[in-house]
Amino acid sequence: MAMIDARPGRVRPAPESFLTDEQIASVKDGRRDFMRKAFMAASVAMAAPAVARAAVEGDPAILELPQWSTTLGLPVAANPYGMPSQYERGLQRRESPGLTRVGGSSVAFTPLQGLFGIITPSGLHFERHHQGWHDIDPSRHRLMINGMVKTNAVFTMDDIMRLPSVSRIHFIECGANTGMEWGNVAVPTVQYSHGMLSCSEFTGVPLKDILDMCGADYKKGRFVLAEGADGSSMTRTIPMELIESGEVLVAYGMNGEMLRPENGYPLRLVVPGVQGVSWVKWLRRIEVGDKPWGAKDEAVHYMDLMPDGLHRQYTSTQECKSVITTPSGGQLLLDKGFYNISGMAWSGRGKVTRVDVSTDGGINWRQARLEAPVLSKAVTRFNIDWVWDGKPAILQSRAVDETGYVQPSYGQLRAARGTKSIYHNNAIQSWKVVESGEVSNVQVL
Amino acid sequence: MSRFSKALIALLIAGASTAAVAWEGRFAGIGREATPAEVKAWDIDVRPDFTGLPKGRGNVDDGMTLWETHCASCHGVFGESNEVFTPLVGGTTLKDIETGRVEALVSGSFPQRTTLMKVPTVSTLFDYIQRAMPWTAPKSLNPDEVYAILAYLLNLAEVVPADFELSDENIREVQERMPNRNGMTTDHGMWPGASEAKGGIGNGGTPDVKNVACMKDCKKEVVIASALPDYAQDAHGNLAEQNRPVGQTRGKPTGAPAEGNGPGAAAEPAAGAAALALANAKGCMACHGVANKLVGPGYNEIAQKYQGQPDAEARLVAKVKSGGQGVWGAVPMPPQGHVKDEELAQLVKWILEGAKAQ
Repeated sequence: MAMIDARPGRVRPAPESFLTDEQIASVKDGRRDFMRKAFMAASVAMAAPAVARAAVEGDPAILELPQWSTTLGLPVAANPYGMPSQYERGLQRRESPGLTRVGGSSVAFTPLQGLFGIITPSGLHFERHHQGWHDIDPSRHRLMINGMVKTNAVFTMDDIMRLPSVSRIHFIECGANTGMEWGNVAVPTVQYSHGMLSCSEFTGVPLKDILDMCGADYKKGRFVLAEGADGSSMTRTIPMELIESGEVLVAYGMNGEMLRPENGYPLRLVVPGVQGVSWVKWLRRIEVGDKPWGAKDEAVHYMDLMPDGLHRQYTSTQECKSVITTPSGGQLLLDKGFYNISGMAWSGRGKVTRVDVSTDGGINWRQARLEAPVLSKAVTRFNIDWVWDGKPAILQSRAVDETGYVQPSYGQLRAARGTKSIYHNNAIQSWKVVESGEVSNVQVL
Repeated sequence: MSRFSKALIALLIAGASTAAVAWEGRFAGIGREATPAEVKAWDIDVRPDFTGLPKGRGNVDDGMTLWETHCASCHGVFGESNEVFTPLVGGTTLKDIETGRVEALVSGSFPQRTTLMKVPTVSTLFDYIQRAMPWTAPKSLNPDEVYAILAYLLNLAEVVPADFELSDENIREVQERMPNRNGMTTDHGMWPGASEAKGGIGNGGTPDVKNVACMKDCKKEVVIASALPDYAQDAHGNLAEQNRPVGQTRGKPTGAPAEGNGPGAAAEPAAGAAALALANAKGCMACHGVANKLVGPGYNEIAQKYQGQPDAEARLVAKVKSGGQGVWGAVPMPPQGHVKDEELAQLVKWILEGAKAQ
């Protein structure tokens, strides 16, 4: 048994079984020998000779050749469009129960707790619709440009896809991400606290190129309205400065294929650094004008209520923010020892330049490694070593962007904005680890 | 002439103004000029300065009739319903109408933040009703109907009197009575364009908080201000099933397995699931729960009521199609013309069989 004692974390029950009640109880009691017991139990369950062999010689996962090593596998194209392993089915988009009452105007959160690197798989990109989604026939989709332009124009998808294209990686975050947590802790996991965040490679045409073709009046037309083709025909005002920068795209591609219907197929606006509501999906019209529009999502929602009763209107930039995704709320650490703390950082004002991590609730901090690529207005992955001594800990991450802005604490954010804002909560997230290995969501001022 | 050229010419004729080259240069022929009728069909936005506002008029009385047909099923007869959406009306006072600032936003004296408490601009309401309402049939109202519905809504909030007729001619005066018209500020750094001083919005990007990247002994003690209540943890299903079965960590077993979200959820949808998806897609679930009364009755209540009645299926199909009122209460069910006959049959059969999810 020497091998097993030396590397307890490497011997696991079959992956399809989650921890048993007994195992959890033993973790809670602080008994750290449960892994060995689990292994013994697994061994006992096997035929007698195997038990003997396993107990003496090692891991049955090695000694007993599995079915996948001893039989013929499936042919190519068994799944013409590939899907994740059946063992990954726990990682799905989910609604937060009670948050909304109508599926057509709701949110499905990305399971950040299971993601690696910076790209969100397209099937897990978060969803936020205002009046349901449709799978639009691309041959019948049109983009109209009108307003303060020389030529009001219409483009088909054929037209748009003929124009010179660019591909860029950017994050998209809903302005209401982490909104349930303004006043107090409300949700258990990073999926629900931060899962209105995704990051993809988008392919499309700079909107500026299209406005140039139409002869936009850049002198007087300093605002642009984007409008969707869905039932709500959702509208948002975008500053012309962003479009002139060349960053705003009329995009049809996402992660190498066309946009998914839930994410705006066949055409959406990409507005890097700005909250998701401005990335109008199923984009049907762009109007150039000389004043903002005061649309429903600018004059009823997506406004930040301040303690003095005033609403901040046209707040759009997603300020610098980060979150540790592993370990995170609702998870269990299985033993003492080494862990790779991993998380995501992003800023609507440019590149993330630095992420610091604390394991003592913010008294002391260490600088984390930023993994390449580090891109402007994109998610940056960070990692840092941590050896858990089995004692209570509070894990936090704090990001800094290229403007020098440092992600604020809850105390600082509430001092400036109170607790009723709903939108734009970018406070430092805290995950509490207790002796049993349970990780839970807490707020540290 | 080749067949290809003929097809191309047919295409060009089909597109009203495609014959005209919209612009010269290397992109000539990509895109075309929009016709005035096309721009008119899509450019329906109304700005706070009322640019884009169509001519028209409608009074509170007519608005009430339209409201009961198109709006009450979700928003309640008085715009007060909190069943499907946050209430539209409530929390504003005559004093707010005078000052243009909603006091309840400061005091927190009203349980919700209703639309009328927040919205500063009456144009926003006109624009949104016109483009997005009613919920299941957006863009089906003509301008006079929008004026009438808006007049009724404003009357509920006491912004206009009961005998009021709203029109493009007097809407500017109504703007001067909006309860939260002075409730906005753009003094912030989160507009990603030019500052207000330079013709844009806000302060040009200066943040309102300033943290420093302290590294050592940054504070004396750690104050936990809030922790997750047990009910909130258990309300999100079994977290063990929402994590990967290998890796550094496991999910913690909690609550009950989330219905339709657990590992079994990826299975082939059964007939029940298909009907449920259809009910969702057609907007039925906006007003009906499977087991609960929302605005309308729960599906199990309907199944119970019609149990053992041989003509139930045909009667219910007719009822859903043409709408109805009175069987389950005062809130009317609008006609559901957007649901095809075969879909209707599928839904009704499913409801009468108990509206099972699988």
